[in-house]
Amino acid sequence: MTLFAFMGAVEAGLIFSLVGMAVYLSFRVLDFPDLTVDGSFPLGAAIAAVGIMHGIDPFAATALAMVAGFLAGLVTAVLHVRLNVLHLLASILVMLALYSVNLRIMGRPNLPLLAADTVFTPLQALPIPGYLALPLALAVVVLAAKLVLDWFLATEIGLALRAAGANSRMAAAHGIERGGMVALGLGLSNAYVALAGALFAQAQGFADVGMGVGVIIIGLAAVILGETLLPTRTVILATAAAVVGSLIYRIAIAFALNLDAIGLRAQDLNLVTAVLVVIAIAAAKLTQPGWMAAGRAVRVRQLPVARGAREDA
Amino acid sequence: MKRALVLKLGLAASMFWGISAGQAEEPVSVKLSYIVDHPAIEAAKNGILAALNKAGYVDGKTMALEVQSAQGNMSTQAQINSKFVGDKPDLIIAISTPSAQTAMAATKDIPIVFAAVTDPLAAGLVDSYEAPGRNLTGASDMTPIDKHMELVRRIVPDVATIGVIYNGGEANSVAQVEVVKAEAAKAGLKVVEATATQSSAVLDAARSLVGKVDAIYVPTDSTVVSAIEAVARVGGEADIPVIAGDTGSVERGAIAALGFDYFDIGLAAGDYAVAVLKGESPAKLPVRFIDRLQLYLNPKAAAAMGVTLPDSLVKEATRVIE
Repeated sequence: MTLFAFMGAVEAGLIFSLVGMAVYLSFRVLDFPDLTVDGSFPLGAAIAAVGIMHGIDPFAATALAMVAGFLAGLVTAVLHVRLNVLHLLASILVMLALYSVNLRIMGRPNLPLLAADTVFTPLQALPIPGYLALPLALAVVVLAAKLVLDWFLATEIGLALRAAGANSRMAAAHGIERGGMVALGLGLSNAYVALAGALFAQAQGFADVGMGVGVIIIGLAAVILGETLLPTRTVILATAAAVVGSLIYRIAIAFALNLDAIGLRAQDLNLVTAVLVVIAIAAAKLTQPGWMAAGRAVRVRQLPVARGAREDA
Repeated sequence: MKRALVLKLGLAASMFWGISAGQAEEPVSVKLSYIVDHPAIEAAKNGILAALNKAGYVDGKTMALEVQSAQGNMSTQAQINSKFVGDKPDLIIAISTPSAQTAMAATKDIPIVFAAVTDPLAAGLVDSYEAPGRNLTGASDMTPIDKHMELVRRIVPDVATIGVIYNGGEANSVAQVEVVKAEAAKAGLKVVEATATQSSAVLDAARSLVGKVDAIYVPTDSTVVSAIEAVARVGGEADIPVIAGDTGSVERGAIAALGFDYFDIGLAAGDYAVAVLKGESPAKLPVRFIDRLQLYLNPKAAAAMGVTLPDSLVKEATRVIE
């Protein structure tokens, strides 16, 4: 793998680690499988692109994208909490609606940004090449996003949110209303995803309505890979695992792209990537003590109550 | 002892010479990628490779070719292009709009030839069709909509309103519909749009046009074309002639199409690939549009939709489906 290809993988890995953290927040902390992300990723790209095209400062346009993402998550939460729509269905409906909304926002399916100033334009003044400067800048953004999420989940509201996700009845007994927590959590999660979309559009120079395809899968892959490779006892470790998982996933794709030398062809990419991810998970499992009982251990770990009980012990 | 050393050095030198001599004839490195596996993209790829082969660039001999498919994922497409740029090839070939855009984001130096980008200007790839101005040029798959509108008028002389079915999420289709509207405005025609985001929605989209239009035009849109039978069915039931932008649809129920082969688009892009490999600058090579057109007709479908094809048109046909 060349340095350029590796840095390309790091760049994509860093952008999608924001999705990884978002999925950790919705899927793991809130126990809410949120497919809104397939719509809020291109939503972020669309808002940022249209904003920049209309002369809004790229940083303000990116912030606006995050606000839009927050609102998208809020809509999913309202559908679920107020109208009692099943969580999976509520998020699929919002994802579906966002496809049309994104087309409306952009006015057409593909909007180029190549000539415009973006949040990455100031980097061109630096004496280092773009393929290094971009990942460095993104690393700063991702670190900040991780620290904000860590901090938030340690605040009183954050703790309430975690409690609502882990055991809503017990949380209710302590006066925590689950609905509000779901709304806040999904809003925050989709704001992170929209930020990722806005950054991806600006790094690649275009927004496309088809950009969201498979974003949820990438986020889940990042979370699961990260959990396998790193301990996730605390929030700080879990968010770090989402970032590491996203980077590893992207590097796995970079490896998959180099495998044509051994007779694999272009159409095998998705299969090869999936197999590489499974190998990574299996390798981490096999190196753990007592891996024979791994299947049972995973089931226990997925129950938030059991996890809490184990931490108490 | 000394002699052996000299011999060894000589051997090493000759080996080195052998390697450097080999380098002088080193195959050109060509990287090709596309966003999704699709028959039209496959045909364009084959056309590009045919043009390269004809010019003496043969994979494994005079050319080291690497082909990658992004399998529908734009972040993977971006990563494919970072891999390509890292390998420092002589040429990058990108089939489809997002493939070309991510290639452009990855390099400003390595020449890029694109194919099957309907509107390279709107996609921000070129400064103008005549002089692209940057490190990329290629062949567009924009269909000659003006000629298509003429075809509609020859088949349905009293047409006042024309329906268009397309996927609003496809950049290529939206670009075509923009031209349809402009051409229709020139001819005093009204346009009614119906959109379908997936092939299962095409039947409903076609039905929504019944009673509102005198003819239905289907642009080269992979979503609608994949369900062209549904449009033909509605056309037959409601006596609305269906005219398509791609010839393949005529065998499947459309009355007529004035289309091109994606293989020919590939050939046009492939000629540019050869020119760039021989040292020409993409910045100065004007974007190519397809000019080899074929007229396909289906008289049986025409009868089912309540029109008779004029004899003059039948005489011009490349192929008449029996």
